[in-house]
Amino acid sequence: MPAQLCGQICKIMKNKKLRNDIILISAVLLATAIVALILCAFRKEGGYVSVVQNGKETARYSLSENVTVALENGGTNVLVIENGYAFISDASCPDKICVHHRKIRYAGEAITCLPNKTVIKIVSGEGVDAVS
Amino acid sequence: MKVNTKKLVLIGVLASAAIILSYIEFLLPPIYSAVPGIKMGLANIAVIFALYSIDGKSAALISVIRVALSALLFGTVTSFIYSACGAILSLTVMILLKKSTLFSPVGVSVAGAVMHNVGQVLCAIIMLGAAEIGYYLVVLSVSAVLAGVLVGLASAVLIKTVKTRP
Repeated sequence: MPAQLCGQICKIMKNKKLRNDIILISAVLLATAIVALILCAFRKEGGYVSVVQNGKETARYSLSENVTVALENGGTNVLVIENGYAFISDASCPDKICVHHRKIRYAGEAITCLPNKTVIKIVSGEGVDAVS
Repeated sequence: MKVNTKKLVLIGVLASAAIILSYIEFLLPPIYSAVPGIKMGLANIAVIFALYSIDGKSAALISVIRVALSALLFGTVTSFIYSACGAILSLTVMILLKKSTLFSPVGVSVAGAVMHNVGQVLCAIIMLGAAEIGYYLVVLSVSAVLAGVLVGLASAVLIKTVKTRP
């Protein structure tokens, strides 16, 4: 059985195109895994939620306080901050992709609503006083 | 590009096949995961088939027709911009890789799928002004490899069995 398997692998490796395909796929997966590991290793606790609408920051909310706000920008996204996590509980857009996004808490994580051109992202540090 | 009737008909048939595949995908329920935007990219079957059985220019034309018409039929302005960004990058890479003859249709398809997501994420970063969206690529690359392999296998079977030149 191992000999047969070896033979199969040799056959695949002799097929140049198939071999290149496998190298390409492995390279993409490996690069993704490395990036994921680096992101995981260097992730920081978030300090506040930054709301970006049409490419501009419009509001900041501290992650340590529990709040519920409706974000208006052509449509509505209801942002909820609860126990240090931020998520969208309801939205006016048809696809509801942002509502199904998992809760976020680490710096750099973001939830995006394309139809309403709204992004909520987590930023480290204390920056709430600057806006409120 | 030399246009003869046969090529014209082939491009028309493949473009409509691509639109139908897009529509089928549009009807399927979206895949909910940690990040949005995971798709099979079924329409790429028609584009890859054209890339191998006709030529790169025809594949590009089919892609343009598909992106424009599917946006008109069941998309929005936003979805048009995103799919155009993804399609341009993915097509360029697929045509170049096919020319290099280093990869089989499966490899070309995987590269195309990954670059489609890269194009869309870049577009989102520019339009929404939030570089954090780049994180989505970690999940999207894995889903793109899976979808790319499946679409590539389907295309490879088609390229082998359907003869466009008798």
